Amino acid sequence: MKDMADVALNVARQRGASYADIRISRTMNQFVNTREKIVQNVTNTETYGFGVRVLVDGAWGFSASSKLEKPEIEKVTERAVSIAKANKVIQSRRVELVPVEKYPDAKYSTPVKQDPFTISLSEKADYLLKVNAEAMKIKGPGPMFVNSGMFFTKEEKFFASTEGSYITQTLIRSWPNFNITSVNPITGTFEQRSNLGSPIGKGYEVVAEYDLINEAPRAAEEAVKKHTAKSVEPGRKDLVLHPTHLWLTIHESIGHPTELDRVLGYEANFAGTSFATRDKLGNFQYGSKFVNVKGDKTQMNGLATAGWDDDGVKTTEWDIIKDGVLVSYQTVRDNAAVIGLKRSHGAAYADSWGSVAFQRMPNVSLQPAQGKQNISADDLIADVKDGIYIEGDGSFSIDQQRYNFQFGGQVFWEIKNGKKVGLLRDVAYQSRTPDFWNACDGVGSKEHYGLGGSYFDGKGEPGQINAVSHGCPPARFRQINVINTGRKIK
Amino acid sequence: MTMLSRSEAEALLKKVLSFSKADEMAATLNGGRTANTRFGVNSANTNGDTDNITLAVNAHFGQRGGVATTNTLDEAGLERVVRAAEEIAKLRPEDPEQMPFLEKQTYQEIKDGFDEATYNADAKMRADGISKTIEPAKAKGLIAAGIFDNQGGFTAQANTRGNFGYTIGSQASYTTTVRTADGQGSGWASAMSHRLRDIEAGAVGARAIEKAEKSQNPVAIEPGKYTVILEPNAVGDLVSNMMFFFGARQADEGRSFLSKRADPKVPGSKGGNMLGEKLFGEEINVYTDPNYPGAPGAPFDGAGLPSRRMDFIKNGVVTNLNYSRFWAKKQGKEPTPFPTNLIIMEGGKSSIDDMIASTERGILVTRLWYIRLVDPQSVLYTGLTRDGTFLIEKGRIKSAIKNFRFNETPVKMLNNVEAMSPLQRITGSERVGDGFPVLAPAIKVREFEFTSLSDAI
Repeated sequence: MKDMADVALNVARQRGASYADIRISRTMNQFVNTREKIVQNVTNTETYGFGVRVLVDGAWGFSASSKLEKPEIEKVTERAVSIAKANKVIQSRRVELVPVEKYPDAKYSTPVKQDPFTISLSEKADYLLKVNAEAMKIKGPGPMFVNSGMFFTKEEKFFASTEGSYITQTLIRSWPNFNITSVNPITGTFEQRSNLGSPIGKGYEVVAEYDLINEAPRAAEEAVKKHTAKSVEPGRKDLVLHPTHLWLTIHESIGHPTELDRVLGYEANFAGTSFATRDKLGNFQYGSKFVNVKGDKTQMNGLATAGWDDDGVKTTEWDIIKDGVLVSYQTVRDNAAVIGLKRSHGAAYADSWGSVAFQRMPNVSLQPAQGKQNISADDLIADVKDGIYIEGDGSFSIDQQRYNFQFGGQVFWEIKNGKKVGLLRDVAYQSRTPDFWNACDGVGSKEHYGLGGSYFDGKGEPGQINAVSHGCPPARFRQINVINTGRKIK
Repeated sequence: MTMLSRSEAEALLKKVLSFSKADEMAATLNGGRTANTRFGVNSANTNGDTDNITLAVNAHFGQRGGVATTNTLDEAGLERVVRAAEEIAKLRPEDPEQMPFLEKQTYQEIKDGFDEATYNADAKMRADGISKTIEPAKAKGLIAAGIFDNQGGFTAQANTRGNFGYTIGSQASYTTTVRTADGQGSGWASAMSHRLRDIEAGAVGARAIEKAEKSQNPVAIEPGKYTVILEPNAVGDLVSNMMFFFGARQADEGRSFLSKRADPKVPGSKGGNMLGEKLFGEEINVYTDPNYPGAPGAPFDGAGLPSRRMDFIKNGVVTNLNYSRFWAKKQGKEPTPFPTNLIIMEGGKSSIDDMIASTERGILVTRLWYIRLVDPQSVLYTGLTRDGTFLIEKGRIKSAIKNFRFNETPVKMLNNVEAMSPLQRITGSERVGDGFPVLAPAIKVREFEFTSLSDAI
């Protein structure tokens, strides 16, 4: 592999590149999808190839091919160089890179107990059909439908750069999941409930840990109860948000706005810019004193966890929000140089050999209460007179500067005088990011910390996906605007 | 070379199928080139130029099926992926819903879907186009970002029952966002076509610059229900999203906005779907036609069914739902090919200027952003306006206004249409038009519901 990589690095140097890297990668996915008593689809995908990135006279060039042969590597590297040269006419700012250490023989693998690609298909299919059967035991007003699935990814990638690094990594992700639909044929309505667990950077062991067979009946019962749940009265209410829900709010309202490429304007055409502008760094009260947020590409079981990023930077953990104040951004080597940093936080990622590396989110997590023990969601609920407790992620939408957001969920419990009193329906909350995080007046302790996340966080043009986790304890937010989403169209 | 000719693709697929030990097998090749140049803060950013071919093999043993894909296409790689698909099929439980592969089909030719120059365009061409936005933006003290991309590729399918199909296509698009230096104004414009020569990068940049300048210093007005003029990208995004829910099975199973409630007075009544029901305004027509000029689709869908012109909504009536081969057989219907393009509301004659002139008080929306489903029962969507939102009073644009979040269902919207423009090919805010041509008009609608204000510019 090293000799293949050196072909690209040598050609790039000879053609005048001040920096070059090559990623040779193989990505394997496995999908197993079922509904009710049927295994619908089993697919294994595999893609293999290489991408070469060069920096010539302060301009990037990237080219890629699926044909891993030395003449093709030469051709592709030359094409990357020619792209960089063609772009000189629109290169108003010279790209500079902050320094990085060299790692001549580095290796990293996701720590897993069971590689999901070694587990038999029949075991996976049997498990999912059991999940479906458990859900279908629950009686509702009409038909009960269950879709369940498992999704696994293994990325094997080799990175080499003109900095002298040669890095080999194997990254594994797993996601067992289900979605239940209960239909009431007489009212013509249907209600849904998805499992609460997220994808995670673990092996097949997560299937036993998530125990979907045990969750399915509870989920089916909740789907049925939603038919007769009270439609929410809109207005300002206190919210207690479980980690299975809160991870997505963190992702959208803290994760994305603190990406430096957005802050600087490089994503203005698609993902957008950010309200968390550079003048706010070090002085902006993003949230209350309870809000401490870290970026962490080393976090155990994180979907974005790796040994090195796709700039060849060793991954790390750092503060993004400290005691409620914005203190730093997520960075890659080129944009860290724009704001005068000495090193990158290591947030570069490309979703395939054919995609260029750019800034993607590391795991971004809300820290549990410091120095306190055993603060649960119920403890936070106990101090709420009129509110809602939300479990699971649902609908999500946020503006291009990450101010105005609206979130749904899976299960909504009405809180009256410190107690959960029954299920609600038609619930979404809508807020403005700094108002929301400054309304946080309590977070749970580490015993109640959970890890949620997304397998398919989209960003960039052409769009790329990134898998990213967000850890958090349950947390409480005062007087948030709750809206009713029920509509009649027939 | 990743752009295979018909005969090269056919030969490769024959070789793949020759390895088969399954009862039956189908194989699909997708290959070609994708290239792009991005820019931000008036300067080149990332870019790419990638060649790839992916082979997907589907093996059937009785009612068991397995799919495996690869892009390693040497002889050993081909055999390996065939064995992998067969292995999956052997190890999995039977699927009683699995349909046999199609017999030989007849496909129409897509007359004008591929343009050689679009496939071949290089980084210099893209940089020249981009400079037509960056230079005028810089001259005015504005800040531009965007992407110019071009691609071309082929798809070929074959199976052991003798079916074979091949098609080629190309696509180019240019989108740019121009912002004022103080961050108080932002404008967006886009163009997309299967022919690069249709993309006038300078004109797209000029539209974004004009929007950025006009959108400065927006004022806040109260959220609520307004008469709204939605430009084509906003219309195409909302309606395309709704069309994802035109599946017959989901409707028949009672889990779609197109499900019909059961009649409690009729024993055993199960409801069914809303095929044949008038759910939208009289003037609403949505259809697919793979040979529609300027929006080339494909001759076949992913399952190999021949594409054809098919109405989904005609004069406001639901006229077709998507029937998979299994569900069609079960329900005694003809299977429907999955659409490969979408023509939304043809026939409008009004210009956006006409619509503004006829509006006493309303809002002009350039595009919508982060559109997500809130409630599948009413296809209620939320999202936000972005990059050029304006208040109209007494037939004229009065001022830029702050962006809104909306919570609205396209079903209601398509009952409240007052005027439509001619069609335009859209890219969509989240690229719904990528590889799936969508034509949509600008429309004027009453009582569009905005629920909150956004500070985002």
